Amino acid sequence: MSSSRTSQRFRKLRLALREHYRIINSNKLSQFGFWVIILFTLVAIFAPWIAPHDPWEMTYDSNGNFASLRPPSWEFPMGTTHLGYDLFSQLILATRTTLLIGVVSGFISIVIGANVGLIAGYYGGKIDEVLMRITDILYGMPFLPFIIVLIALFGRQLEFIILAIVLIIWRTSARVIRAQAMSIKQRQYIQMAKARGASDLRIIYRHILPNVLPLLLLYAAFNIAWSIITEASASFLGFGDGETVSWGGMLYELWLSGKTRVAWWWFASPSVCIILLVTSLVFVSRAYEEVANPRLRKR
Amino acid sequence: MVVLELDRLSCHFELTPGFVDRVIKRKPPSYIKAVERLSIAIGEKEILGIAGESGCGKSTTCSMVSGLLDPTEGDIRFRGKSILGLRGDAIKDYRRSVQMIFQDPYESLNPRFRTVDIVAEGPRALELWDANEIEQRSLAMLDAVGLPSGKYAERFPHELSGGERQRVGIASALVMEPEVIIADEPLSMLDVSIRAGILDLLREMQAERGFSSLYVSHDLSILGNVADRLLIMYLGQAMEIGPAEEVIRNPKHPYTRALIGAVPIPDPRSRRAIPNIRGDISKPIDPPPGCRFAPRCPYADASCSNTFIEMETGAGTLHQAACHRLAEIDNAGS
Ligand SMILES: Nc1ncnc2c1ncn2[C@@H]1O[C@H](COP(=O)(O)OP(=O)(O)OP(=O)(O)O)[C@@H](O)[C@H]1O
Ligand SMILES: [Mg+2]
Repeated sequence: MSSSRTSQRFRKLRLALREHYRIINSNKLSQFGFWVIILFTLVAIFAPWIAPHDPWEMTYDSNGNFASLRPPSWEFPMGTTHLGYDLFSQLILATRTTLLIGVVSGFISIVIGANVGLIAGYYGGKIDEVLMRITDILYGMPFLPFIIVLIALFGRQLEFIILAIVLIIWRTSARVIRAQAMSIKQRQYIQMAKARGASDLRIIYRHILPNVLPLLLLYAAFNIAWSIITEASASFLGFGDGETVSWGGMLYELWLSGKTRVAWWWFASPSVCIILLVTSLVFVSRAYEEVANPRLRKR
Repeated sequence: MVVLELDRLSCHFELTPGFVDRVIKRKPPSYIKAVERLSIAIGEKEILGIAGESGCGKSTTCSMVSGLLDPTEGDIRFRGKSILGLRGDAIKDYRRSVQMIFQDPYESLNPRFRTVDIVAEGPRALELWDANEIEQRSLAMLDAVGLPSGKYAERFPHELSGGERQRVGIASALVMEPEVIIADEPLSMLDVSIRAGILDLLREMQAERGFSSLYVSHDLSILGNVADRLLIMYLGQAMEIGPAEEVIRNPKHPYTRALIGAVPIPDPRSRRAIPNIRGDISKPIDPPPGCRFAPRCPYADASCSNTFIEMETGAGTLHQAACHRLAEIDNAGS
């Protein structure tokens, strides 16, 4: 009997995977988004092996001339900067930085947001009051002055950029998950868990959490998208980590060079990448929204 | 021997008045007195039925007994020991011994749990046995309630019918090996065609396992069949208690008589002063201290609204009614 149950578990796992497959393939946009995300992920993982040049290597063309401000060509697929840096290589290595910042801050912010939301929503009362006042204060905090102060205090390092992004974006997911937890808490199956002897923490993490999971996935994708945008804005304003290239950082360099009107290719590739990845994340999360919203669910 | 005893148990819900009333007019808050000084004693293997109209406090009573709601006043004793205010391990034994079966099987099963995990949740939460034994017992319990575990264990609630869901709910209560089962209208959300099957299951389990039950219903015909003793409630107060057949065949209290239909409720239009005889009964908001049926009662006198009558509980089978005009009513009736 137990072997038949193990095989049943496998069947359920297969069903769950098929469910995700179905969600992603439910429309063309999310399908497109999914493959774009996969592509960027692969580029990020293998970046050092793909990039033909070092991001800060002054390049020379096959004739031995210094390659400054070259438009896209066979040799330099995305052109070069005024200092002769290969933009294609920069873009590939920047993908790694941007994705890393996006995923790490998206993940940390959803973990904080989910916990704050679940605890505030479940306990209510004073705990809720305190936690929600804290998020309110963060809502009142304008992003730019906030990140300027943080970076002035701690320096332009990746860790502090991630910290600043996380502090800004966790609040929205906390709000949404709190609302969801408050409504789930009223459901009778939570009363039943209580009557059976489940502790508060058990109820929060074993009974409520799985029921907010679709929403959590949705907001994880949103948070990653927001982190990428936020990182790009911060880098563009010169608050990025000077040691690494990122998409926003590339645009900042362009701005500094004063060649904005001349070097359209320098402007094009990082912008297209930001837009492409962010919209892909939004497309995929839209498909999950259908699952998160029980009214749209076919069962 | 008394297993579970409710001693003058009350539950009042505060109705917070609006800001203007509270702060400017300094109006004190109102209270819904959902349950008022209710005393019951349930004996070993006894089935106590609770009947009454909607809103009379049946579910509130069940919630207090199963620890989901704190009583405002009074005491709950399990095998002679008060359980209120117990924490940690001390309450664990009670949590396990008194289990509730919920009314709505569509609402009370976590949609993200498999049936086997729903059943195993109680033992897991209280760490009753080791993981393997919990699993084995849960599977055996599913078999026992008529859901072959090979077929049903891995299903999610949405893959079950209403009757099957209620069986899962029953299994999840019984797997704890409780001494008292609290069933709050376990049949009312089910299709009429499957009620008999679930009722049979409950009876069979009761006979086999010998737990005591508190069985709530507003269907007197079921209660007359199932219960050993019957308690009639009205707006939070106990009106009458006694052996089930006795109460149904020979009701004493004017309200019970009206409920059972031995004496029809008087025509509301002839007694204009009496509110809500038809339709929904009112809510017990800041009621007078005495009998809450008095405003609707054809036999009530001035003292009825002012004196509260407490019935003798014990586990005895005494047939009593909380009415001090019984003698006059009997005279009037015969
Ligand atoms: N949380 C609450 N806050 C305020 N009033 C409540 C609350 N819960 C119950 N009540 C009130 O207490 C009274 C008793 O409710 P209860 O649910 O116990 O009735 P019931 O006998 O179970 O009715 P039904 O047959 O409809 O299930 C009702 O007037 C109800 O409105
Ligand atoms: Mg009820």
